[in-house]
Amino acid sequence: MKKKVLSLMLVSAMAASLFAGCGSDSSSQTEGESVDTSSELTWKIGGIGPTTGSAAQYGQGVMNAIQLAVDEVNEAGGINGYQISFNFQDDEADQQKSVNAYNTLKDWGMQILEGTVTSGACTAVAAETYNDRIFQLTPSASSTDVTSGHDNTFQVCFSDPNQGTVSADYISENNLATKIGVIYDSSDPYSTGVYQNFATEAANVGLEIVATEAFTSDNKTDFSTQLQKCKDAGADLLFLPFYYQEGSVVLTQANQMGYEPTMFGVDGFDGLLGVENFDVKLAEGVYLLTPFAADAEDEATQSFVSKYEEQFGGTPNQFAADAYDGIYILKAALESTDLTPEASNEEICDALIAAIQEVSYDGLTGNSMTWSDAGEVSKDPKAVIIQDGGYVSVE
Amino acid sequence: MGFLTYLINGLSLGSVYAIIALGYTMVYGIAKMLNFAHGDVIMIGSYLVFIGMSNIGGEQTGVMQVVKVVVCLAVSMIICAILGMVIEKVAYKPLRKATNLAVLITAIGVSYFLQNIALLIFGSNAVSFTSIISWQGISLAGGALKITGNAIVTIIVCIIIMVALMLFVQHTKPGQAMRAVSEDRDAAVLMGINVNATISLTFIIGSGLAAIAGALLCSSYPALTPYTGSMPGIKAFTAAVFGGIGSIPGALIGGLLLGIIEILAKAYISSQLADAIVFAVLIIVLLVKPTGILGKQIKEKV
Amino acid sequence: MNAYKKLNKSTQKLLINIVVIFAVYIVVTIMDASGNLSSLMRGLLVPVCAYSLVAVGLNLCVGYLGELSLGHAGFMCIGAFTSAFFSKAFQDTIPDVPRFILALIIGTAMAAIFGFLIAIPVLRLKGDYLAIVTLAFGEIIKNVITVMYVGKDSNGFHFSLKDQMSLGMELDGKMIINGAQGISGTPRQSTFGLAVLLLIVALIITHNFVNSRTGRAVKAIRDNQIAAETVGLPITKYKLTAFTLSAAIAGVGGVLYAHNINSLTATTNNFGYNMSIMILVYVVLGGIGSFSGSIIAAVVLTLLPEMLRGLSNYRMLIYSIVLIGLMLFNWAPSILKWRQQHGLKAILSKFNKNKEVQ
Repeated sequence: MKKKVLSLMLVSAMAASLFAGCGSDSSSQTEGESVDTSSELTWKIGGIGPTTGSAAQYGQGVMNAIQLAVDEVNEAGGINGYQISFNFQDDEADQQKSVNAYNTLKDWGMQILEGTVTSGACTAVAAETYNDRIFQLTPSASSTDVTSGHDNTFQVCFSDPNQGTVSADYISENNLATKIGVIYDSSDPYSTGVYQNFATEAANVGLEIVATEAFTSDNKTDFSTQLQKCKDAGADLLFLPFYYQEGSVVLTQANQMGYEPTMFGVDGFDGLLGVENFDVKLAEGVYLLTPFAADAEDEATQSFVSKYEEQFGGTPNQFAADAYDGIYILKAALESTDLTPEASNEEICDALIAAIQEVSYDGLTGNSMTWSDAGEVSKDPKAVIIQDGGYVSVE
Repeated sequence: MGFLTYLINGLSLGSVYAIIALGYTMVYGIAKMLNFAHGDVIMIGSYLVFIGMSNIGGEQTGVMQVVKVVVCLAVSMIICAILGMVIEKVAYKPLRKATNLAVLITAIGVSYFLQNIALLIFGSNAVSFTSIISWQGISLAGGALKITGNAIVTIIVCIIIMVALMLFVQHTKPGQAMRAVSEDRDAAVLMGINVNATISLTFIIGSGLAAIAGALLCSSYPALTPYTGSMPGIKAFTAAVFGGIGSIPGALIGGLLLGIIEILAKAYISSQLADAIVFAVLIIVLLVKPTGILGKQIKEKV
Repeated sequence: MNAYKKLNKSTQKLLINIVVIFAVYIVVTIMDASGNLSSLMRGLLVPVCAYSLVAVGLNLCVGYLGELSLGHAGFMCIGAFTSAFFSKAFQDTIPDVPRFILALIIGTAMAAIFGFLIAIPVLRLKGDYLAIVTLAFGEIIKNVITVMYVGKDSNGFHFSLKDQMSLGMELDGKMIINGAQGISGTPRQSTFGLAVLLLIVALIITHNFVNSRTGRAVKAIRDNQIAAETVGLPITKYKLTAFTLSAAIAGVGGVLYAHNINSLTATTNNFGYNMSIMILVYVVLGGIGSFSGSIIAAVVLTLLPEMLRGLSNYRMLIYSIVLIGLMLFNWAPSILKWRQQHGLKAILSKFNKNKEVQ
């Protein structure tokens, strides 16, 4: 009896949830329709990234920045005379959920995808966009798996090999260190990707790696052991290919230990100075490779940063800057064609694949960016050093 | 000297696990449930201390600094205690007579709820938690061995809490009520003990301690996000089982051992496989002592 | 109809379940063919079946063996990675269909072997201690897979637990498992029809198991181990069988999952304790011991967060509140009592009684 009641309840709960689903479905549909009727046709650009879960800060940065860029473009008259409608879906940085988010966007009628934010999820979605012929531009997924074998995926950020190799070359050319320690996140595709390319190039240019230590996403509160081992091995430079959130902990703990090697981060370290309440004195002298610095003097960066801070609060990081550039790159590429939103996904995809390889774009994250047919961006990683709480370019 | 440094780091990490493990073990002992939301109460506690520390007054030194820390901690403890009580009343109490598994799942729901409400309130960006301990620590053996102030204070606080709790449980009326409820709930009712009040009290104490645990956790490992509590929560839960769940000294021993094993595994075996090694040791210990190091052997009645 | 009535009750239930699943399959296929199925739904069909399979496997363990396992995502992980590894490694040498069949067998068998090996020590423990040890095994599996590097070149396979460079591969080599980056480019072979078929097969196997001599023994052990021991049941053997079968079914779920997605990595959310807990939620919410309940709960809880996408930022918050609410609604004794008096069923029976009186 109890069981029957139970199953009955479950079924009714399911029905209720299905109705709830229908409700939200229809509401989003009407939303889309209202946009359609007001401005007739729009470009439907979708975005995917984690807005909940432990990678939420990266996804939210991307979502906000795209929104900002879309608003600006729409205000200035849109692309080829058509406005953009933008829809961003959460994927919790999980592959399966990312594919779900992608399918949701497809149902919405997405024509171009700017996403996803994280590498693992992006690789899964890239296979889908490739099959469906939807053009995909990822702001921040740096793995080569994302672009390899997919002619329709392009990156705004540096690829892993690019970052690792350039870092090793930079350290060797500038004689920054003789003994290098590496700490990386062995559970993260981005971090291991950069580390492996760094280690390969380091061997080529004759850098000595004296200690290689790892941490995992389940074990990233305490770095004292890894730091101690690098210290004991005599490393005078630490190569730290991971994100700034862990970066702030590593710097704090190294400081508590009294260990002061040269710290060298890659583009994930950008955003370090924006961590709320972080003692920027600890970051003094940290090198990082980044295409973007929130306190750069140029007008474009300053306008972006101030608008972002005003609208969403908090300093935008490089993810956000890449995402912001992404919309303008799409705009530049679309404007070099005479496409309208009436075109089919296939037409847009094929036209954009050709167009983006002709584009040379000056943005927040680099000047004269160009793209190869492999999908990788060509822009120069800039090495910057943190001095007096700000980034200073070193060349 | 390297070994000593690792040992002290391990003790410090272990002390934090131990304080968190206390929250699990007390609730388990008295309410017979795994409170998966405990790690997230810790996160809330850390945010409260963080907000207090960054909004009250300017830079203080000396005694004023200590007063500020104590006030922030006290406020955070009170709010966390209330939160713990409310969670118990709303989500767990209605299920007290249902199967243990049902409460476990509800606790997971509460854990998601706390994470997502924190995400909405505090945002997704990590904040850097300023250590509540401004003391730099001591250097021994001519600087070769450096013990941070965080480590020393964490270990001392952990021991104080442990001793205080033991005294409380052994020698006070409410403490005895707790032991009685833990031993046999139905008999406790017959003895005139207010079981509901006792369980509420357990949640209040456990959640209050979570605020301290959070402040200490984030003082040593300063990146604070809405998900900060979940992994240390799982680790501490493991520690509680390790030591024998339901036992207060067991939580201390389990926590300390887990911290030391984790650090030594990273230092001497492999930093990539540290998690696997910790869990492997846990499995071996449980196979030798199936109810944890200090756990009670429960005789099954026929 | 007479033949149906002759069957015992649980077989009747099984038949109803299979018919319902088959009906759902037909309806969904028709909807898909006529273009009425959204991409989201189409994309969710296989994952839902995969989660359902793992939930059925876990329910066998929780509901019939009476032991709480927090490591079933680990078995799913083993099934997923071994089968994807096989498919990727022999992508060019074995044709599609036999390769997938072999992958399915390998994935299932490996999950079963690991289940068996883990069960030997684990089943000596009880209750929450057993739960924590299964959680520990799940975490070990996940941790080891994220640091596993396997490549294949003209000299054969290379293996390392450190990094890609230490494999020492020739230039023509390709990575199969690339550490944290996992396996990418697994051939996509899971279809909804296949998933439904496997789900039905799993239901039949579990049904037969539960009602077999072994299954009845397992239930006897669950209800009273000491009594079962006294009558001379070989406890360990029965428990091992049940746990291994449970792990194998979870492995099948993993195989389906892996062959439905291009990029397979082992993270906390898809193969770690978060997933194990999620599957436990399906089992408890669906009703401990009820396989159809597990499937319904898996479907509902997978669809729910997708349906809530319209709420944007509040999505996961609402989801957690709904989860707590459903748990209270389904399990709280006071609410159950209220439902018995005022629920739909009670009203119906009252109505019937009134009719009888008239």
